[in-house]
Amino acid sequence: MKSDSNLEKVLAAGHFAVTGELGPPRGANLQAIKDKAAHLKGMVDAVNVTDNQTAVVRMASWAVSLVLREMGMEPNYQMVCRDRNRLAMQSDILGAAALGINTMLCLSGDHPSFGDHPQAANVHDIDSIQQIQMVTTMRDEGRFLGGAEIDTPPRMFVGAAANPFGDPFELRVLRLGKKVAAGADFIQTQCIYNMERFAEYMRQAVDMGLTEKTKLLAGVTPLKSAGMARYMAKKVPGMDVPDEVVKRIADQPKEKQAEEGIKLLCEQIEQLREMPGVAGIHLMAIEWEHRVPEIVERAGLLPRPQV
Amino acid sequence: MITAERKPMEEIFRSLEPFGKILLVGCNECVTVCHAGGRKEVAMLASALRMGRLKQGAPLTVDEMTLERQCDPEYAEELALVVDQYDAVCSMACGCGVQTVAERYQGLPVLPMVNTAFMGSSEKNGVWAERCAGCGNCVLGMTGGICPIARCSKRIFNGPCGGSSKGKCEISPDVDCAWQLIWDRLKQLGQTELYSQIMAPKDWRSARDGGPRRIVREDMAI
Repeated sequence: MKSDSNLEKVLAAGHFAVTGELGPPRGANLQAIKDKAAHLKGMVDAVNVTDNQTAVVRMASWAVSLVLREMGMEPNYQMVCRDRNRLAMQSDILGAAALGINTMLCLSGDHPSFGDHPQAANVHDIDSIQQIQMVTTMRDEGRFLGGAEIDTPPRMFVGAAANPFGDPFELRVLRLGKKVAAGADFIQTQCIYNMERFAEYMRQAVDMGLTEKTKLLAGVTPLKSAGMARYMAKKVPGMDVPDEVVKRIADQPKEKQAEEGIKLLCEQIEQLREMPGVAGIHLMAIEWEHRVPEIVERAGLLPRPQV
Repeated sequence: MITAERKPMEEIFRSLEPFGKILLVGCNECVTVCHAGGRKEVAMLASALRMGRLKQGAPLTVDEMTLERQCDPEYAEELALVVDQYDAVCSMACGCGVQTVAERYQGLPVLPMVNTAFMGSSEKNGVWAERCAGCGNCVLGMTGGICPIARCSKRIFNGPCGGSSKGKCEISPDVDCAWQLIWDRLKQLGQTELYSQIMAPKDWRSARDGGPRRIVREDMAI
């Protein structure tokens, strides 16, 4: 094993993995984290803790990861390249590893122009692929990016994100290949709604042998309402929500739209389980943590394996 | 001006290995003034390349041309009549010139022969120094005409930091402390009250941080 990550153990044992997500609070509210996290406990194998997502300031992802750790959960510590240079990244990784964070996710980060501080300088000292290389080199060779030796390397299970739906489509799998070559142990994808296009992406990934070198978790997000479906379809960059998906939710009366969203999600999970190369799902129930127990139950994903 | 320096010869020879006939294109603007890529430097590099490749037993045909302003599509157009005869265009202009030519001649490799460095001015013969970071919102009126963004190593707005020593920066005794220069000038101008104001966090949107920049002048559209 490369780490003590529960996610690594679950995947290594051949289980269909389930990861969840928790967005840190916009303030120093510890109780808010604990309340959200309580819904996820025992329901998922690891919980992604987002890092200033959409470039909006929130509590530090390492701090929230530690709270989850103390609650006996496995945090997946997200780190974006937008806000820190290579010095800050490496020192944060050491601190996280020393305090029991075993899993992390390397990301570029949304541009500051989307967030609440559009005036902010945009760091991007290294990019997400270089970041993967940096962490895996720290772990496997015990060296910093600068070359110096590390006393007690961080034992991180290292993940990366992939968007199967950005353009150009022909580069999507090639870029995934670069992330795998950089050393990504696992991949979590952007939310999938276009199953056909995702299946084609997976066919290419399997053909290239990528799914033998990394574990790919397919990203899913329940649509809570027709409004949300339309927003995802029109406003979120790189998201592919087919018209029929929007229509299926919108055709329901308002009070039944959330239920239809969960039904659709369960069908998707069923299909994803059968899809070659898919090792699990990443369930991003945005501000809907309290519905996660019901979703994983109905999707037949309980109980989570004890490994 | 935009300053540049010729790339190391070893790198240039390596990048030209696949080619047998190239057009070496200089620029009559900034790179001429900083002696990196004007007519004279084009001639010097051309003969160095011819001789070097002859010695390697792989002769290279190098034709020379220098455009008035390589970053201007109008002048880049001048290459159209001859460019088809070459395996590649090698540009001695700054990155703006290289990209203007590459955009115009899509099917042809366009290679940079210089490293574009910074926006600066000449301190004395043979010495150029950085003066402007192109941040898009000039503060020189507040800082005695000396830019803390381009000239302070930490781009500190309320300096100097604790590393300033005898007018020099902590990174090297060859680097002036921008904030020493700013303070000296403010004193000279009788504007020391400007220093006591805390300069607010900068809005970096006007700089590169906000994404690639453009200037659009509707009044000049034809």
